[in-house]
Amino acid sequence: MGRSWFRRRQVGLGWRPIRWQGWLVTVLAVALAVGTLTILHGSSARVPIVILIVAVYAAVALATGGARPVEAAVPEDQPIEGEAEIGVGGVEQRLALRALTSGRVSPSSPGEPALVVEHLTKRFGERVAVDDVSFSVDVGEVFGFLGPNGAGKTTTVRMLATLIAPTSGTARVAGLLLDPANGVEIRKRIAVMTENPGLYLRLTVAENLEFFAGLYELAQPQARIGQALAAVNLTGRANDPCGCLSKGLRQRVALARTLLSDPAIVFLDEPTSGLDPVASREVHELIDGLRERGVTVFLTTHRLEEAERLCDRVAILNTSLRTIGRPDELRDRLFTKALVVRTAAPLASPDAVFAVAGVDGWRADDTSRYVLTVSDTRVAAPAVTRALVAAGADLLSLAEAQHSLEDVYLELIGDDVEAAR
Amino acid sequence: MSRKRIISVVRKEVREFRRNRFVIGTMAVLPFIFLITPMITIFRIPASASGPEVKAAVGVISLLLLIIPIAIPPVIAAYSVVGERDQGTLEPVLTAPVRASELLLGKAIAAFLPSVAIAYAIYGVVLISVRFGAAHVVSSVVFHPPQLLAQVLFTPLLALWSIWVGIGISTRASDVRVAQQLATVSSLPLLGFTSLLSFQLIKPSVPIAIGLALALLAADIAAWRIVSRLFDRERLVTGHRRTDASVRD
Repeated sequence: MGRSWFRRRQVGLGWRPIRWQGWLVTVLAVALAVGTLTILHGSSARVPIVILIVAVYAAVALATGGARPVEAAVPEDQPIEGEAEIGVGGVEQRLALRALTSGRVSPSSPGEPALVVEHLTKRFGERVAVDDVSFSVDVGEVFGFLGPNGAGKTTTVRMLATLIAPTSGTARVAGLLLDPANGVEIRKRIAVMTENPGLYLRLTVAENLEFFAGLYELAQPQARIGQALAAVNLTGRANDPCGCLSKGLRQRVALARTLLSDPAIVFLDEPTSGLDPVASREVHELIDGLRERGVTVFLTTHRLEEAERLCDRVAILNTSLRTIGRPDELRDRLFTKALVVRTAAPLASPDAVFAVAGVDGWRADDTSRYVLTVSDTRVAAPAVTRALVAAGADLLSLAEAQHSLEDVYLELIGDDVEAAR
Repeated sequence: MSRKRIISVVRKEVREFRRNRFVIGTMAVLPFIFLITPMITIFRIPASASGPEVKAAVGVISLLLLIIPIAIPPVIAAYSVVGERDQGTLEPVLTAPVRASELLLGKAIAAFLPSVAIAYAIYGVVLISVRFGAAHVVSSVVFHPPQLLAQVLFTPLLALWSIWVGIGISTRASDVRVAQQLATVSSLPLLGFTSLLSFQLIKPSVPIAIGLALALLAADIAAWRIVSRLFDRERLVTGHRRTDASVRD
């Protein structure tokens, strides 16, 4: 949209010209009206012609008029940030987040999980999108939902958000049975940030949030909008049209929108998709902040390092649920424990050196790098160190072999993805 | 049914329309096109014109004026659902606690208000022009009470019908342009109804005007209910028809 010729008045009706085109149209309209009244003096046609001129002028003002300046949705004592994109982890942001979540009471009964999913299945025609998935998420937990493209992650979120109906299976969302009759009530208790921020680009940031504040029927919407914007450090951008914002900023507006209603469960679908590392870190800090405030976060992501860093537990899905647990639990479950030993020179008789308590076997990765399979690293590591010293070996390093969540993921899903290709 | 949620939808829609030049352009230009012919016709009728001649001319004017509330709303209404889906804003709205009936009513009101305001404004311009500029014979036909009542009552009711047709198509269409074209075409049968009135094939009398208006009102309410039922969240989000337990609201 080009620059406006007119601007709506802050108070009352009407527009006022703000650019030369606006002034030109105004002068022309006045001249035409005065000219008509003068030239057609005495003619009965002059009144309708003048009305027509006024109507055309109003239409032009309406067509080229900009937005009414929106009052900053920010408390007066809130400092306004400049154009710079500053992290969301600051004290002010945390205070705003605290203010946003201060009135929340868990809708689930004490001890009841925030989310219980039992045998959830969704078919689209012959295609099975989600197959017999069961899990539960505790109140205040950050739960990661991982899987390749088309694994059914978004479909699961849509079912839990009452957008689509499961083919079979049940769930309890924020204490309510997933049922058509509870649709509105469930949606009041949750918030979903879709992968696409889904903002109205012609509206300003504050107007986007105002709309959703109205849908959630929030009391004191302006105060909450101010807090939500402060929580994502967008206070200074409240009156900017969303179409002018970068992708990172749009993502932050979408996050502010999810925080508005102080939901019991926040569903974040790929919240850092397409964001640069700095913007991603800001989102991570915000999720950490939500965890601290006891908000249950259901995080769908492709980014395994993100899940490892943020999530208390993760579930790996590929149509059906492959595994679920804490990241370290999954590693222990899938991979045997190992120690990696590096020496300055190859050992003369490694069999003799590694024949100590806790070591189940060994293999040489390199001429002077050995990987030892162990049953318990706390027993094996001191024993191996002593044996190496006793053997006169020049020990460079001895470390526990690390398996990342990525290793777990690839172990479980890698073959499926390869087969699908 | 929440009034607050409906008002929020109306306010958002109106804000969007105001900044959408296509919508503003259509709403500004179309009425003027329909205004030109009546204005010329009014001023060309001589004071000596016979009764049937005047009635025929006023019939054309009346028809053109009733086309405005039929022609303008589909442009906006047809965009309302499929347009949101295209720009990716529909899914976040559907995850909010708004019922389909509230969302659609809000969208309908937002399309209704400017359409009817424009239609009444144009009608007002014509009435003022007739009062001050046209021959007395024209004035006596235009200001005939049943004619005035029919015009005043049918303008909003026809607009509302046209809006529900537009929204109904929008909930099922796959593309904004297709929806707008279909909605415009679907509104055309209403022209037959307006022609019967305009050319006085149905003689406008106060009881007939009120009776037809009540019938149209009932049809509008039924259309709202039907369109709300057509609104299928699953289909709108995934493109697949709902096949099992409904999650309608």
